[in-house]
Amino acid sequence: MASKKLGKQTVKFDHPPVIIGTAATVGPKEGQGPLSSYFDTVLSDDLYGENSWELAESKMLRETVKLAVQKSDKNITDMEYMLSGDLLNQLMSATFAARDLGIPFFGLYGACSTMTESLSLGSMLIDGGYAKHLVAVTSSHFSAAERQFRFPLELGNQRPLTAQWTVTGSGAAILASYGQGPRITHVTTGKVIDLGIKDANNMGAAMAPAAADTIATHFEDTGFAPESYDLIVTGDLGAIGKEITQEMVYDRGYNIAKVYNDCGLMIFDNKAQDTHAGGSGCGCSASVFCGYIYQQLQKNKLNRVLLISTGALLSTTSAQQGQSIPGIAHAVTITNNVKG
Amino acid sequence: MENKKLQSINKQQEYNEYVQQKIPKPTYFKNCIWAFIVGGLICVFGQFLANIFKGMGLNKEDVASAVPMTLVFLGAFFTGLGVYDQLGKRAGAGSIVPITGFANSIVSPAMEFKREGYVFGVAAKMFVLAGPVLVYGYGSSIIVGLLYYFLGR
Repeated sequence: MASKKLGKQTVKFDHPPVIIGTAATVGPKEGQGPLSSYFDTVLSDDLYGENSWELAESKMLRETVKLAVQKSDKNITDMEYMLSGDLLNQLMSATFAARDLGIPFFGLYGACSTMTESLSLGSMLIDGGYAKHLVAVTSSHFSAAERQFRFPLELGNQRPLTAQWTVTGSGAAILASYGQGPRITHVTTGKVIDLGIKDANNMGAAMAPAAADTIATHFEDTGFAPESYDLIVTGDLGAIGKEITQEMVYDRGYNIAKVYNDCGLMIFDNKAQDTHAGGSGCGCSASVFCGYIYQQLQKNKLNRVLLISTGALLSTTSAQQGQSIPGIAHAVTITNNVKG
Repeated sequence: MENKKLQSINKQQEYNEYVQQKIPKPTYFKNCIWAFIVGGLICVFGQFLANIFKGMGLNKEDVASAVPMTLVFLGAFFTGLGVYDQLGKRAGAGSIVPITGFANSIVSPAMEFKREGYVFGVAAKMFVLAGPVLVYGYGSSIIVGLLYYFLGR
């Protein structure tokens, strides 16, 4: 077995990479949510001075990278890799931003799981000695996602109660092989799991089995218990997916209820903001992690966090062909004390 | 292999049933009331227009053309102002079924895809939602027409 491997799906780093800085940008609606004070930039207009929502999303991603680099006291030229992806066809936001930034680029598609996918691969690059600094970044945009996956904005239709609201937001994290900050010690890579949910308005239920499997496998591989963590947080399962995940993990013998939350439930006040089951999108876990959670780690209010970004791997084609929605989830352990 | 496949189908069914219990029930009663009132008001407004046009001296056929034209215009107009989707969120079928909803389903994609240009954006995407209604609407009227032609006399 590979020397850094633990169990079936987990990696333990010899030299845990440091998250030396982060930045988070969100749209106007997210800026009215409960976490608004933790975001670096709140856009007043979701077009962000661009001609289309897609270009606005790309600009948001690009500016978030610049801000994260600046906050880490580095230069863009110090960045050896950019690991990035988004929800738009052929990764328009990420590639167009990478074109402007000029950082060597790996485009990733993990749907809404891209934040932990990029953190996982970035950590492996750094621990493997292939880079000193790199940036992991992702974004999503409500209006751009709606027009690609759903209906025109002005159509007078009703959203079901299980539907989620795509977060307009971006989060960037700068990983380095040395420096001050919380470290990534473990990575559990998820499998694609599909229990046959076909309703694109109920993605929480489609992704929950993947999230539950990754969380339980993480505990089995590492020997950690739920009590090892101050916070176990999934990406964008929303109210229904969160409940299902908690119960499915319980069936595997771990009770996470005390420390478990979901970024999709943290970013919006579902009742007041009419977001139904909660937030979703790559930008959801990205902005919540790079904004709120990272700051809590820095203040030592949280010391050990398991972040599990969750992705629904459907496409407009697969949905129209009547296929069910495969789910994926990757887990990353972020901690202040490596030896604890 | 066969057995394994069967197992996974059972598992999927079990999961689907489990998920169904978790889904909050839609507020059918409230939705119905909203749809009834808003849909009704749109129809009352249509009748009001019909009476006005009649009072202006239009004959029966002209009234039947003028009322839908006015309603379609208003549906498109309020879609453009960004109001119709707010109404639709509450009223549901109440504002989708009347002809104003048809206007909304054409104008909203046309607005959405303006950035892709007037040919491949506005013009091509305009009927993305209304297209199927037109195809099957015309299609069924042709079938009914043929049946009427051969059997009806």
